Amino acid sequence: MTTAPGFQESTATRRRNDLRARPSWRTVKNHGMTGLMAAAVVAVAIPLVAVLWSVIERGAAVAFRGFPDFFTATIPVVSRLPGPGMGPAILGTLLVTGGATVIAVPVGILGAVYLHEYGGNNQLARLVRFMATVMTGVPSVVMGLFVYLIWTLTFGYSAFGGALALACLMLPVVIGATEQMLKLVPSQLREAAYALGTTKSRTILTVVLPAALPGIVSGALLAIARAAGETAPLLFAVGAAHAYNRHLFSEANTALSVQIFANANSSFTAAQDRAWAAALTLVLLTFVVTLVARMFTARLALKR
Amino acid sequence: MVAINPPTPQPAAKPAPAHSQRIVVDRRSSPQIADTPTVFDCENVEVYYGAFRAVRGVSLAIHAHQITAFIGPSGCGKTTVLRSLNRMHDVIPGARVAGRVSYHGIDLYAPEVSATEVRRRIGMVFQKPNPFPKSIYDNIAFGPRVNGIRDKARLDAIVEKSLRAAALWDEVKDRLKHSALGMSGGQQQRLCIARTIAVEPEVVLMDEPCSALDPIATARIEELMRELKSRFTIVIVTHNMQQAARVSDRTAFFTTELDSRNDRRTGTLVEYDVTSKIFSAPSDERTENYITGRFG
Repeated sequence: MTTAPGFQESTATRRRNDLRARPSWRTVKNHGMTGLMAAAVVAVAIPLVAVLWSVIERGAAVAFRGFPDFFTATIPVVSRLPGPGMGPAILGTLLVTGGATVIAVPVGILGAVYLHEYGGNNQLARLVRFMATVMTGVPSVVMGLFVYLIWTLTFGYSAFGGALALACLMLPVVIGATEQMLKLVPSQLREAAYALGTTKSRTILTVVLPAALPGIVSGALLAIARAAGETAPLLFAVGAAHAYNRHLFSEANTALSVQIFANANSSFTAAQDRAWAAALTLVLLTFVVTLVARMFTARLALKR
Repeated sequence: MVAINPPTPQPAAKPAPAHSQRIVVDRRSSPQIADTPTVFDCENVEVYYGAFRAVRGVSLAIHAHQITAFIGPSGCGKTTVLRSLNRMHDVIPGARVAGRVSYHGIDLYAPEVSATEVRRRIGMVFQKPNPFPKSIYDNIAFGPRVNGIRDKARLDAIVEKSLRAAALWDEVKDRLKHSALGMSGGQQQRLCIARTIAVEPEVVLMDEPCSALDPIATARIEELMRELKSRFTIVIVTHNMQQAARVSDRTAFFTTELDSRNDRRTGTLVEYDVTSKIFSAPSDERTENYITGRFG
């Protein structure tokens, strides 16, 4: 580029036309913050990966030796002896967690619908919301004791007692997650339905709940996953068993979490190995349930 | 009609001030105003949000098979009045309508009147296109299903008829099962119109239906309104005076004024007349000022 004779390009002009990045406190801060975020991601990932790795490393050998024996055989009564079996605990976990889901998810969703769509900010809704918040803070042992008092003392050990205790733990989580999701449904959708002559209840069933469904499923899954790993309340309500018990309402049962607790406390290596394998089984079970639920919601989603 | 538009004879009104911009009324839409029967009769309607009086003193009659436009500056209560015509205020906590809104002589707010029935007969299209997050087909079929139509063949027929009426059928007939959210804004708004007319209402209320759309989509919707006029009575709220002049038969001008009771601004109806009269010879000075662009 030629400069007209006598024209001197000033320093200010040159600076203005130089668009290359200059090192400044701003860019340093920017890089620093990005680095901090990356570090946070790593910090979060380390315990996750470590837990997963140790469970797989120590549990896989026992869990998959002579597949599928470990997942079907009964639990050895003499825990000192090596050998498979967590079948009854898998069935127990499915019964207890499934029962809890059947109780807590519908009640929780309906409760949240009341709170958000009908109650709004009235006295009852505020009270229920407050109690739900308090309930999230109640330790699971206390829920176990509560169910022990109101159910187990009268009817004895059963998978259903455990389901009741877990349902109490899941309920506030489901209510909270569902209410948040209902809040995210735009009021324009409700208005559109009303303007077509739709009643309120029908609007909720056919417009609001379907729109909030993916979020509600996520919330319910979180609650189920948390409940599936609960041990303390089951010790009170479910009892202990080594054989299959497919009855929901009678006789002591067992669950994976209970077996992990019992076997990990044992001084015998064989029992400890079984605890690791049971832990791996629980992780896999949660994984499969999450996957199935996700596939179910994805199928409901529409093509754009 | 002759091929060339004959120049309309200028009324011997007072000449317009030099600085004012007259809006030319499109006479193709309303060669002359037929005196069709009234559908709505509003008598001294007031709308309250809690203790706040948002609108006061609205008395007007809306005629069948005509397009009535509500115009005015922001906050003048045109949307509020529109929503009182199909009881959409019922769903807003604290909102209350006073005065009398009658629909074919029946008080809409009488205790025995069901808001659901009212809204089935008086549909509404909103400012922002609000299709349900469902397929195009399910959006249109929603209203008929709510009204008890289960038969697949009948639903198919209604969906096609409504989409054709909204000039959307050719664009979407091959993707009826796709999500309505994948359509463009203009298509979404026409879908909302199709959804509204699928329940065969008598009246279609439109709350600034084109404010989120580009000029081409706006022109299509206006075209649609002119076509739908023969089947429905249309009331439209618009910010756009040219739009009111282009499509409407009658225009109501609203403005805000200080409420002497509490020193807050409240909306009121200034003038209601045939559109060509409002835009050529308004009888109120405030209307004159607004349409000539001196305020608002």
